[in-house]
Parts: sequence; structure tokens; C-alpha cells
Amino acid sequence: MSILVNKNTKVLVQGLTGKTGTFHTEQALAYYGTQMVGGIHPSKGGSNWTGSKGETLPIFASVAEGKEKTGADATVIYVPPAGAADAIIEAIEAEIPFITCITEGIPVADMVRVKAKLDKSKSRLLGPNCPGILTPEECKIGIMPGSIFRKGSVGIVSRSGTLTYEAVFQTSNEGLGQTTAVGIGGDPVKGTEFIDVLEMFLADEATTSIIMIGEIGGSAEEDAAQFLIDEAKKGRKKPMAGFIAGRTAPKGRTMGHAGAVVSGGKGDAESKISAMEAAGIKVSPSPARLGKTLVEVLKG
Amino acid sequence: MNIHEYQAKALLKGFGAPVAQGVAIHSADEAAAAAKQLPGPLYVVKSQIHAGGRGKGKFKELGPDAKGGVRLAKSIDEVVAHAKDMLGNTLVTAQTGEAGKQVNRLYIEDGADIARELYCSLLVDRSVGRVAFVVSTEGGMDIEAVAHDTPEKIHTIAIDPETGVTADDVAKISAALALDGAAAEDAKSLFPALYKAFVEKDMALLEINPLIVMTNGNLRVLDAKVSFDGNALFRHEDVRALRDETEEDAKEIEASKWDLAYVALDGNIGCMVNGAGLAMATMDIIKLYGKEPANFCDVGGGAGKEKVAAAFKIITADPKVEGILVNIFGGIMKCDVIAEGVIAAVKEVGLKVPLVVRLEGTNVELGKKLLNESGLAITAADDLDDAAKKIVAAING
Repeated sequence: MSILVNKNTKVLVQGLTGKTGTFHTEQALAYYGTQMVGGIHPSKGGSNWTGSKGETLPIFASVAEGKEKTGADATVIYVPPAGAADAIIEAIEAEIPFITCITEGIPVADMVRVKAKLDKSKSRLLGPNCPGILTPEECKIGIMPGSIFRKGSVGIVSRSGTLTYEAVFQTSNEGLGQTTAVGIGGDPVKGTEFIDVLEMFLADEATTSIIMIGEIGGSAEEDAAQFLIDEAKKGRKKPMAGFIAGRTAPKGRTMGHAGAVVSGGKGDAESKISAMEAAGIKVSPSPARLGKTLVEVLKG
Repeated sequence: MNIHEYQAKALLKGFGAPVAQGVAIHSADEAAAAAKQLPGPLYVVKSQIHAGGRGKGKFKELGPDAKGGVRLAKSIDEVVAHAKDMLGNTLVTAQTGEAGKQVNRLYIEDGADIARELYCSLLVDRSVGRVAFVVSTEGGMDIEAVAHDTPEKIHTIAIDPETGVTADDVAKISAALALDGAAAEDAKSLFPALYKAFVEKDMALLEINPLIVMTNGNLRVLDAKVSFDGNALFRHEDVRALRDETEEDAKEIEASKWDLAYVALDGNIGCMVNGAGLAMATMDIIKLYGKEPANFCDVGGGAGKEKVAAAFKIITADPKVEGILVNIFGGIMKCDVIAEGVIAAVKEVGLKVPLVVRLEGTNVELGKKLLNESGLAITAADDLDDAAKKIVAAING
């Protein structure tokens, strides 16, 4: 099993015709035949997209039309920042169940607008400013490198793209493999939070352990820790390892990700680490020891 | 992006917020003329730097008994004397670090008779994904200390983006600040105006500390700190024009031209990494092995070799840097592109300090081969742990 995406997931691409969209769509098609079913472009509807190896996909004028003609249940968005919020809203209005937005650099005010619409909809948004999601040997949405994955038992959820890769690589090297890896993204206002993904991993039978990677800024890690404590009281608990990036980051400075900033005395690494440890997560002091830390937890 | 207090006040005034009359000056020669434009007899002379704690700050050059970075004056002569005293000198506050910041601009403002000092800020509350007012009756002091010691005195009111600030929201904010009479009347226009300014100008933070109730009962914005969402600057030419590059680190300005996420720090190991999370984690692991990072640097996912070379040059140009750690986990980023960028930069500017490179991911073998064949003195590392150990060992000699 897996969460959110599997071999039956049908994916439309918003922003397919650009360089980034083209490159990653080729990669997705090459990854165990992920079902990429079409692209969206308002003025190129009816034409075809052709990849560098001769792959072709139909282009539709709108998400609604693409959904109707392909039965797509997911979209991935590579639209540049200025238009990305409108692309998300178009997907919400077309009632796409699962929307992933890769775009980095969307103004936060635009995401406030998106969030208001999202809260009243049936759609789930992953991201923005995220690497996407990957279920090994089934479905790759976004920009994660498929070659480092291995089908297995660890659920991975992270605010950082490259640290997701570290966790995937290390758990593959330890022979554990992954059920699904989810990058929730580095922006302050986003569609899916740690709690949402943890709930799904707790419910997924194939996921027998979890790695959670957070970073400075906000209180999503503290909220997730409280959620895990509450669930454990109900008897729902899985072995977990974790990491928090940004222990050495100076206060008040934004560290690359728009959401990675310690401000107003909130969001520092130590508070997150102690909350996660209180929830029973073994937090590795080193990002190089995520896999080994999880193995230690599993050995008891 | 941050702006000065006088710029923030001018901007808020444009949205109808009550601010005092004031004039910004760049030299002491302008002080008398500036003060003459104000009603008097009370003036405030305020240092304009991008850091808080100015009132309690001290000027490095003036000795411990001299007055701070915000001074009252009761005559135009006194304004001029303060201006001469302050301009060009270095103000050290709780937020500037020991080095302090040179004061190149002053804001001469009409004085106010203060009855109460309040706190009001707007920010994006991540937990609800909405713009929120954070208010407190405990104005004029360090709000972090208030939040820590008396959290019940801080009130957060989130605004529905589809309605904006409603009469009900204003009532809640006014109640939290215990406003009545003329102040409560002023509140009806002030809070919606602040929200409008925040949203229309894509602010990241709007902090008024203090917001005052004057002895005549009216509200006034006494101090204002504004920072903008860097991701939205593309649609605000007027805001970009307010940028004061003298307030920023030269290396950070150069990095921003290349669209690199770079933050200058105080340590001596330079870092070049792809991805913000991995870049922070690389800093953390350097610290774990007992050293301090000289910078945060995320070259991003899609960088070409020119951008990689530019980042490398910015890092090597920092005289504090005694060693460099390049840490790449190539997903989109291809390891051979990183290798080419590093080699090109080293050939151009030379390499005077130890360099450890850890490559993993897409095209890793090709990247390693390029580095090996370059003939440069580069230490290869197997993983992040190995890389951190090797650069720390190289510096410790």
C-alpha cells in the first residue's frame, strides 16, 4: 500500500509546455509508467506535446476539459510564480481531488487567497514550493529523483526537498525502502501539513515506520508532535525518527525557504526537537544519520 | 526586504493612518531647515537603521554616557546638536550585533504627548493561513518578552480574506486594546487601513510599537517597522525603489543578483549546497563537529554552471573563510554541472583554502570524474558526515 498516489493515479500537468514541465514529465513517464494523461495550456488546446524521446500527450485548454476527457484525479503545477496561484484555483474549481504545486516563490498573499478557496473545497493541495510525492515503482509526481527509491516500509514526510532525498537514500541503503515520500514544502502557507500526512501514514498498513523532517519557522512540528501524543493515547503509534534543520540559523533571517525563519521568539529548532522527542520521535542530531537512527529505533 | 521607519510612515500615511509630521535628512546641515517645517516645540530625532532597539542603543564613538539612537529635543538648536552627534556614527543595539550600524539618515519628527503605549502588528498567521492582527496593551517594549512573560496580554485576531476587516474585527481589536472615546472612533478607520496597506503592498510584517493614545484621546502611529514579501516584489516597483543597499551585506547583494539564497554568517567554513533544508542541515553538521559556518548558501535546483561559479566566487571572496564545503544531492541538479561550475570558478579566482566536495545523486560518477581529472586540490567525501569531518579536520590542520 501507499498513501495519496499509486499506479492508478492519472495526472494532468499545468505548465507542461515549459522547460521544467517538459523535463519532469519525461522523467515521470520513464518512472514505472506513471500515468501522465495530458497537459493544460489555454491557447494550445487540441494540440499535442512531444517529449525529447518522442513521447506525446494531448494538450487541453482547461483543467476542467482535461479532467472530463481523461478521468484525471490529480494535477501537478509547474507554472511560474506570478500565475501559480491562479493555476491552483483553476484546479480547485475543476474539483481535482489531488493537486501538487512545485512552484517556488509564490507571494504569500496569493497563497492566503488560495487557502480560503481550498478550505471550502474537496481538493487536497500538496505544496507549493515542494518536491512532490513519490510511491516507489508506481507513481512519481514532481521532481524527486526516482533512482534513489526502493519499495519498502518507511513513510517519509518533509518540509525540505533535498533532505527528503537524504532520508530516501539512507533508508534505501539500510534496506528498508519506502511506502511513499511526501514533500509538503517550505512555504509558510501551504495545502498539506505534517498532521495530514502523519494521519495517513498511521492508517496505512504497509507503512510500519515513519521519518519526519522539519525545519525552523512556524509551529507545524509542535502541532504534529501534539497530534502524535493524542493518537498514541488511542493506541495508534508507529516507530519514528526525525530531524530538524536550522539549529544554527540566526534569528530573524529567512533561510532560503520563505517559511524558514525564526521570528517573534517562535519557530526555533530546540522547541521543535523537544516537542518531537516528547512525542516519542528519535531526533537525529545529524542529517547524515537519519537511516541509521531509524534502524536503531526499530531494533528497540 | 526591509525599509526605514520614515519610509514606512510615509507609506502608511498614504493609506490614511495618523502619523506625526516629520522630515528625513542625510546631513546635519539639513537639520535646522527640517525642524523649522515642524510645529514644535517638542521634536524627536530618530536614527534610521534597519534594526530595532534604537532608543536603548549606544553610539560606539560617543562613550557610554552619551544618549541613545532616539532623542528628544526642545529647540531647533538642540535638534541640530543631536544631528551632528548622531550622523555618521555607529549605533549598536540589541538587534545590530556588536559591529553596530552606521547612521546615515535621521528622521526629525514632531513630538507627541503620550497617554498610553500599545502594540499592534500584522503578519500572516501560518496556522490558519490568514493575515492576523497581533495586539497588546503592553506597547513600547520588547514584545517577545511580553509574549514570554505574560502571554495572556497578547491577542491575535485573524482576518477572513474574503471579507477583509469587519466591524466585528475592529470591535475585537479595540476591546483587546481597551480603546474608548476618540481612540475607538479612530480605530474604525485605522485598522482597516493597516490591513489594506498590508495586503495591497504584499507586506510580510507591519509592526507598530508603540501605537499611542495621545493625551487628546486620538491614536497615532509612533513607530513603524515594515518588511515586504520578497516573492511579491516583482509586482511593486514603488516598493523596490525604497530599498537601501547600504543596510545590506555586500555579499548578499551580489548573491541576490544571481538569484542565490545567501545569508552571511560569522563562522569560517564556507558552504555551497543545493536545497534550503540541506543547506541548513549542512550548517548544523559543521557546528556538530565544533566549527561555525561562514554562510548559508542554497544554489537552488536548476542552477547552471555560471550560477554555481558565481556562488563559489562569493564564498571565496569572504576573507573569514578558511575552508569550503560543497554538498550536493542532485535531484534536478546534475552533479557534473556542479563540478563544471566549481572547476571554472577555481580556475578563475584560484583556491587558497581547503575544499571538500560531497556529490550524490544524478550524474554523480561523471561529476566525480570531472573533479578528479581537473588536477585541483579537492578532497572528495563519501557522504555528508564524512564531508563535515574532513573539512573540520582540514581547518584544524
